[in-house]
Amino acid sequence: MSTSSAVLTRPAGRPSGAVARSADLRLFRSEVRLVLGRRRNLALIAVLCCFPVLIGLAVHHSPTTPGDGPPFLSQVTDNGLFLVFTSLTVLLPFFLPLAVAVTAGESVAGEASIGTLRNLLVVPVSRTRLLVVKYAASVVFAFVCVAAVALVGVVVGLVLFPHGDVTLLSGTTVSYGEALWRSLLVLGYVTAMLAGLAAIGLFVSTLTEVPIGAMAATAVLAIISQIADSIPQISAIHPYLFSHPWMRFGDVLRSPMSWHGLEQGLLTQLAYLAVFLPAAWARLRTKDITA
Amino acid sequence: MTAPVGVAERAPAGPDAGTALAIRTTGLTKRFPGGQVAVDAVDLAVPHGAVYGFLGPNGSGKTTTIRILLGLVSATAGQIELLGEAMPRAGATVLPRVGALVEGPAFHPYLSGRDNLLRLDAGDRTVPGRAARARVDSALERVGLTAAAGKRYRKYSLGMRQRLGLAAALLRPRELLVLDEPTNGLDPQGTREVRHLLREASAEGSTVFVSSHLLSEIEQVCTDVGVMSHGRLVFQGSLPELRAAAGVRVRVETSMPEAAATVLTRLGTGRPELRPDGVVAELGTVPSDKVTADLVAAGIDVRQLVVERPDLEDLFVALTGEGFDVDE
Ligand SMILES: Nc1ncnc2c1ncn2[C@@H]1O[C@H](COP(=O)(O)OP(=O)(O)OP(=O)(O)O)[C@@H](O)[C@H]1O
Ligand SMILES: [Mg+2]
Repeated sequence: MSTSSAVLTRPAGRPSGAVARSADLRLFRSEVRLVLGRRRNLALIAVLCCFPVLIGLAVHHSPTTPGDGPPFLSQVTDNGLFLVFTSLTVLLPFFLPLAVAVTAGESVAGEASIGTLRNLLVVPVSRTRLLVVKYAASVVFAFVCVAAVALVGVVVGLVLFPHGDVTLLSGTTVSYGEALWRSLLVLGYVTAMLAGLAAIGLFVSTLTEVPIGAMAATAVLAIISQIADSIPQISAIHPYLFSHPWMRFGDVLRSPMSWHGLEQGLLTQLAYLAVFLPAAWARLRTKDITA
Repeated sequence: MTAPVGVAERAPAGPDAGTALAIRTTGLTKRFPGGQVAVDAVDLAVPHGAVYGFLGPNGSGKTTTIRILLGLVSATAGQIELLGEAMPRAGATVLPRVGALVEGPAFHPYLSGRDNLLRLDAGDRTVPGRAARARVDSALERVGLTAAAGKRYRKYSLGMRQRLGLAAALLRPRELLVLDEPTNGLDPQGTREVRHLLREASAEGSTVFVSSHLLSEIEQVCTDVGVMSHGRLVFQGSLPELRAAAGVRVRVETSMPEAAATVLTRLGTGRPELRPDGVVAELGTVPSDKVTADLVAAGIDVRQLVVERPDLEDLFVALTGEGFDVDE
């Protein structure tokens, strides 16, 4: 008996647990590869990685006095590791959200615009599973962006600046190794901050079949949130803005670590996830796929 | 096993195979938000094992019907059964058994043909991952894309794209194939190959549901036909029934028209008309090779025997009394 007929006569529709789980993993890998394999996305990462290099070179050539420039800049000359934090500070208002807006905004709308969404759905990839995979891949992309910047920052810092013990913002001194651990926490926190925006982007992406529109709308929302956050007259709403706690990653660099602000920041993002992921699901679940 | 594969795999197993329909819809209706009724009370009945040609002019609602069948678009009213299970509720278990090509191929332009298929294969929770590459390569081979498998999709010609779409539908043996205009953009050779694929799939036991706006492209493989017009199913039946309805005629050139007419009448053809050089009659459900055999057996000197098919334009006029223009 040929194998094909064996497959045909078996009740093919019932997924077995292990096979189904390995398929979920395959789909997730495929999605990550799709996002990270796109030249445009790689170009975005490359642009992000230029910043630690440029900032490092600039500071190396003309050291700044304390208080000048963005936070952490003046510490760079003391310890190269601060190049990571300076870069993140510079990139968090615009370039990192832009990168996240591009992938999250494209996630569903991109597949809809080229018609591949219908292929996936008839495989079948359920709409719920599609959203989970798309969202997870967007967050992975956000992490890769942040991690790439950090990695380049660490390396450039090691090359151009001293790399002994690190004096934290609270004045205490820790070993370079411990500071590196704290940097990992910073990566996690910043990624989590961008995860809220990714959820918004995913939702926007289910509203349209024009990916560029979803990208732009998501990026604009990130900017609006930050503008609103800078207007004192509406300070009452500031704690609810998703961009409000973004910059708090500096709290990781105090000793003892001040967890409260960080927790609040994570809770804010969780709240945005709790609103926008179900909203994306509700939207996609009932959507007619006519593209 | 020595029996030919095609025979061994004929007839999908199932408790009620034979009686049940592979596709059944009742009162299927889709009204788009703008108010346009794209599908209007369609009752499809596609028997197991059939090759069902789904015909209709541009805009008659073929693609919309297919989208509803597959759960891409929700129906405004009506029931759908695919392989005996209610759609869209049973999509997770039914759709893996269905291979589909909807409204032409669509793939990621910057991925290779193979990577595009691997991505779709990864979405299928009912097949083991380790055989993914083998499934993909055999599907590519079946549609003749092996040589171009590693090429980016954006560099594919229209015909290659169409083939890749078919390969996606053929990633694994399917009980049902739903193909929306699979011959679109193919040259005559490609069209023949698609027909061959359809026959092959049918011989392996798949039910095939294939849409087209050209009867001539699919009538050679179809056993059953449905004709759409303005969202309505205006005809559904076997191919001979369609021929009868549409008045397919047989023209026999012979020096003995009367004798030929007698044979034709005995066979059950309709309204034989005598001509100076022969006889013309409505073929109805009579197989044309039977006509030839009987005429020859009766000692009639058949110089030429022609089956005159009306083109879809004429057929359409015969069925609906209207022309075959774009439906609005
Ligand atoms: N998303 C939509 N919104 C509104 N109307 C639609 C939508 N999609 C299709 N229609 C309308 O539904 C009708 C049927 O379209 P459909 O695509 O099903 O036709 P078709 O038979 O597949 O045509 P073709 O042979 O050109 O592929 C058309 O009049 C079309 O304008
Ligand atoms: Mg169509």
